[in-house]
Amino acid sequence: MAFALTPEREIELADIFGRYPNKMAATIPALHLCQDQNGWVSPEVVAFVAERCEVSVAHVQGVVTFYTLFNQKPVGQHQVWVCRTLSCALRGADDVLHHCEKRLGIHVGETTKDGKITLRTAECLAACGQAPMMQVDKDYHENLTLEQVDVILDRLKRS
Amino acid sequence: MIKHTNYLSRTYKLPDGHKLAAYEGVGGYKQARRALSTMKREDVVEEVKKANLRGRGGAGFACGVKWSFMRPHPTKPAYLVINADEGEPGTFKDRTIMELNPHSVVEGCIIGCLGIGAHAAYIDVRDELHLSKARLWEAIKEARAKGYLGKRPFGVDYEVEVYVHTGGGAYICGEETALLNSLEGRRGEPRFKPPFPAQVGAFGCPSTVNNLETIAAIPTALELGCEEFSKLSALHDVRDGGTRLFGVSGHVKTPGVFECCVGLTLRELVYDLGGGVLGDAKLLGVIPGGSSCPILRPEEIVHAPDEKSPLHRWHGQSVLDVPMGVDTYRALGTMLGTCCAIVLSDKADPVLAFHNLMRFYRHESCGQCTPCREGTGWIERILDKIVAGEGSMEELNLLHDVASGIMGNTICAFGEGAAMPALGFVQKFRPELEAYVTSGGKSGTGRLTP
Ligand SMILES: Cc1cc2nc3c(=O)[nH]c(=O)nc-3n(C[C@H](O)[C@H](O)[C@H](O)COP(=O)(O)O)c2cc1C
Ligand code: FES
Repeated sequence: MAFALTPEREIELADIFGRYPNKMAATIPALHLCQDQNGWVSPEVVAFVAERCEVSVAHVQGVVTFYTLFNQKPVGQHQVWVCRTLSCALRGADDVLHHCEKRLGIHVGETTKDGKITLRTAECLAACGQAPMMQVDKDYHENLTLEQVDVILDRLKRS
Repeated sequence: MIKHTNYLSRTYKLPDGHKLAAYEGVGGYKQARRALSTMKREDVVEEVKKANLRGRGGAGFACGVKWSFMRPHPTKPAYLVINADEGEPGTFKDRTIMELNPHSVVEGCIIGCLGIGAHAAYIDVRDELHLSKARLWEAIKEARAKGYLGKRPFGVDYEVEVYVHTGGGAYICGEETALLNSLEGRRGEPRFKPPFPAQVGAFGCPSTVNNLETIAAIPTALELGCEEFSKLSALHDVRDGGTRLFGVSGHVKTPGVFECCVGLTLRELVYDLGGGVLGDAKLLGVIPGGSSCPILRPEEIVHAPDEKSPLHRWHGQSVLDVPMGVDTYRALGTMLGTCCAIVLSDKADPVLAFHNLMRFYRHESCGQCTPCREGTGWIERILDKIVAGEGSMEELNLLHDVASGIMGNTICAFGEGAAMPALGFVQKFRPELEAYVTSGGKSGTGRLTP
């Protein structure tokens, strides 16, 4: 089925188009908007964005495959990103990551069986002074202890 | 000497410091109003040149000089593009400005637009920084509602619009021409230069790309008078002026972002602002300004007997005591970069730190240029083997060759950004790397944490 945005998001898309001198420039923001609604960038989303931004499907596909934040397949309801770059690694990022894997019973890149949580690693998220850290959906959790990680994961599981 | 300042961060500790009322309470928007009402484009450029404001994004190019490269085009508009991609590992300073003093960015954009002859500014924020984006949008809306943005800001006939753009998560989009591609809705692959952005930038139009901290410093520079601003710095005489944000992370007791005059030393950053090495362990090394800057070791002594050397004043002293400046650090064989240091104590295994960074560069290489795409892969794979205890001396020697083969052979500076720290580690931790090879990976602590 063809993809369509909710009326509220349509208003936002119109606003996005108003910011740039041409439609192509809206490609990345439009993809974010669609992914927020759909959870991932399906072929239908690609077709939708191509049509609205007046670019080819190949162009949109090229953009989607370039940037790591676009999900090219369905993902869990919540995204847990553990930063593993040096400043965080010096402060225990590996322990946080392994703890998440054990606690969730999955490896990095996988989604829990109930479809709730996808565990991922991230590269430096500009929170190096508050390491170790992870991003859960749109929120940063910083200066993490393993106990705090448990609280965060338990809350996600129950949500 | 540490000289704390409170300009860029003046709203950080105020209640609702990110709001317009707080910003105006500390003198905000007076400089934009003054510039638009009383200054011409050339006046702004000449004044900003005197600030010796070296770009805070990594390359350290003087802001006023960069603005002077902009020439009015007969048919095309000009654009100001603000780089808030903040992806360089170890760097977390721009985020504090966006979250806690976003109006300084908006005010800087107004003055910057006038300075380069543009009527629109795009602030490109990496997507993950949701609070930063929200705070910037909120600031833009407040400023517009007050009549500080739009068709006639402050009642002056000089339109200025400011927008927030967001990318899709790729370190390379911090590189200015990749950033322009991301802004145009394309894959974030760096472009060939020339043409430089001042000739062909965003949407094919003349553009200036400035780091977010650079633009946020502009209102302060105008407020103090640009020459006075420059003189705050201990390196004013070598044209490295003003005050800036210093970050410190890793193995220090009090990591964070601190605003100080330019000229702070690494020793002060680590031991005073950073509170000293975690657990009072020994300092192993410091990556001074984001991961692309070659590591410095505390045992290194400045050797600059030549009186003409920018380092002569510190001849015979520890590298830790050289003021952190763009040119002083270049002369040390490293870079000041983003001025956010990563500290390693002797509890950290340097081979693992090296491995961690090279994995990052392999992951983030955009793949356009063969030496970088293949070279970063080679380096990572050799280090995989060395860390696993399966590396050979031959492979260890190959690290140097591969890294050297990237240098100078790529479209953008990502190549050097990956190769230079690699060469630094190979040179400065050679015994540790060799020990890994001869012991089959058993020589190190095998940990990065204390
Ligand atoms: C691989 C790479 C990544 C970069 N990342 C950033 C970044 O995240 N933020 C930034 O301001 N500059 C970054 N830069 C530097 C920009 O290309 C550019 O020099 C800078 O934005 C110019 O602004 P300035 O003169 O105010 O420093 C990066 C450069 C390279 C080569
Ligand atoms: S290294 Fe983890 S946030 Fe920078």
